[in-house]
Amino acid sequence: MFGYLIKRLIQMLLVLWVVSVIVFLMMSFTGDPVFMVVPIDATDAEIAQARRLLGLDQSLLVQYWKFLTSLLQGDFGRSYVFRQPAMTLILERMPATVEMVLVAMALAVVVAIPLGVYAGANPNSRLSRIIMASSLLGISLPGFWVGMVLIYLFAVHWGVFPSSGRGDTAEIFGLRVSLLTRDGWHHIALPAITLSLGTMAILLRMTRAGMMEVSRQDYMKFARAKGATRRDVLYKHGLKNALIPVVTIFGLQLGDLIAFATITETIFSWPGMGKLLIDSIYRADRPVIVVYLMLVALIFVVINFLVDIVYTLIDPRITLK
Amino acid sequence: MMKDAANTALLTVRNLRTYFHTFSGTVRAVDGVSFEIGQGEVMGLVGESGGGKSVVGFSILGLIDSPGKIEGGEILLEGRDLVTAGEDHLRHVRGREISMVFQDPMTSLNPLHTVGRQMDEVLRLHSDLRADARHKACVDMLESVGISRAAERLKAYPHQFSGGMRQRVVIAIAMLANPKLIIADEPTTALDVTIQSQILKLMRAQIADKGASMILITHDLAVVSEMADHITVLYCGNVVERGATRDLIETPAHPYTRGLIDSIPDTSERLDRLSQIPGSVPDIRNLPQGCNFRDRCPRAQALCAQKEPPLTPQHNGLMAACHFPLHPGERL
Ligand SMILES: Nc1ncnc2c1ncn2[C@@H]1O[C@H](COP(=O)(O)OP(=O)(O)OP(=O)(O)O)[C@@H](O)[C@H]1O
Ligand code: SF4
Ligand SMILES: [Mg+2]
Repeated sequence: MFGYLIKRLIQMLLVLWVVSVIVFLMMSFTGDPVFMVVPIDATDAEIAQARRLLGLDQSLLVQYWKFLTSLLQGDFGRSYVFRQPAMTLILERMPATVEMVLVAMALAVVVAIPLGVYAGANPNSRLSRIIMASSLLGISLPGFWVGMVLIYLFAVHWGVFPSSGRGDTAEIFGLRVSLLTRDGWHHIALPAITLSLGTMAILLRMTRAGMMEVSRQDYMKFARAKGATRRDVLYKHGLKNALIPVVTIFGLQLGDLIAFATITETIFSWPGMGKLLIDSIYRADRPVIVVYLMLVALIFVVINFLVDIVYTLIDPRITLK
Repeated sequence: MMKDAANTALLTVRNLRTYFHTFSGTVRAVDGVSFEIGQGEVMGLVGESGGGKSVVGFSILGLIDSPGKIEGGEILLEGRDLVTAGEDHLRHVRGREISMVFQDPMTSLNPLHTVGRQMDEVLRLHSDLRADARHKACVDMLESVGISRAAERLKAYPHQFSGGMRQRVVIAIAMLANPKLIIADEPTTALDVTIQSQILKLMRAQIADKGASMILITHDLAVVSEMADHITVLYCGNVVERGATRDLIETPAHPYTRGLIDSIPDTSERLDRLSQIPGSVPDIRNLPQGCNFRDRCPRAQALCAQKEPPLTPQHNGLMAACHFPLHPGERL
């Protein structure tokens, strides 16, 4: 276990380092951020001055070295646009994104698992066919379109849900959270539904495939031969055995949604970090983009680690090595 | 529920027909099978692979899944028909009245639950015992099937057990709720020879102890001849012969039974290749008219191709389905 943790930690650092190199290089070859900070009528001298201030006049290697050492000291750079530490900017917006994603993932799981189990256990029933056809829609419809349709129907046409913003928030442990207020839930509903549909469809299909596979196993029939109820056979014996691939996809989707909820956040003007990323890309706000991508890499590495641990909780034959 | 032990068998199967409707045609896996088992009796159900032995077992427990279906017949447990009984009644029967040991011990147990949990499940379903009493019952049962340090082993997972140990666990599960009938589907074929006889002795002792009955499914006549009171021989989903063990083994009337007996490996001439019945089981999706065995039968005559032989009384109280049955002592 200890050896495993050390190994995982080294892996994590390695991933982060590689990402830092890639991100740094990518940034260096795209656009010149100096024009984002100087006024339009700046003289050559002023531009050169700004360049020096930003450290852009030095060689790539020196720039990277500076970048890396300051990262290691916990200095993640300042936004060119907001003139604030990039990390602070991102962390401020993170709770909004995370709570929306958590609601979306919870919704996806609550809907996908029972429907997936049903469709896997009754592959030929009509309801299963309807479920599977709908899940295909869920996968193929683009999120922005779904978002716009939901806004049109629920916000514009029926006026039951607001179309944008985060609504009231309450503070807990220094974080601003919408989930503690009625208004917050009211606002989070549409974006969370929009965000959840794709994941819901994928999880449903994974669950169904797993259940179909598991249903053929002898231990399922043996459980029935013991007199277990159909429900127990499906959920206690079957689902657990079908869960490993579902958990894998869950982890990947979770990371993906936290990192790249940009489109949904943009449509619903949700003040999360995805929207910050888009804005920063438009404005070539290099430090923010860099920190953002590093953070995303970190999130993925951590989720991966958690998923590994969940594997061992599900299957006693899997050990941490 | 009728309960007249004198003339009601524990289990009566009458004209059971179980078909599988597959894309490539209807598989008449069990096509008109009848037999009876009294209380405390052991019945051997024998026949080559594909004869329908397992399907009979699953039919009794109502565990035939689509595309399979019980098309007709009766399965009377103490007079009550299980074919027409609802799922609720069947659930009450499974594990408690009738339990089953599956063919493959490696795959019958859920890999993700401890052995203890899988045993406990039976008692939770079929008894009113409290947790500690259930635990004790599990420990006792595991010990009685010959697993030492039982309390500790209950916490282990199936993959931590050998094949023989797993089959003991499965047998323990099958006997936990004191069922009246145990269907043992080739309980030992997946195991090596020494463990085979251990497990068979164990099962025999257990059912004798509890006064339970057993259907012992196997393709190995040598095994049933030691264990069973009477034997039913299946071929292509039909009963071709049945009768008391000794009569059936010593003086079979059906050529197929004779063939099976002749292919029992003789311990004195181990090195010889055992004589197999020539030919192979026909495709049961399109059986020929007449006797299903005729392509492999040395006694076949014109009549065998025209008319299916009905099950009729023979010498020594045997029943056999053959137009030209063997006389006592006659060889093929
Ligand atoms: N689910 C199914 N779908 C289609 N056919 C099936 C199914 N289950 C069994 N069968 C067919 O039913 C026939 C009888 O099968 P069964 O498993 O009862 O044979 P068996 O006598 O138990 O053989 P073995 O000794 O190999 O276990 C076989 O021809 C088999 O192909
Ligand atoms: S009926 Fe004819 S073919 Fe069939 S077993 Fe008897 S003799 Fe052989
Ligand atoms: Mg079988």
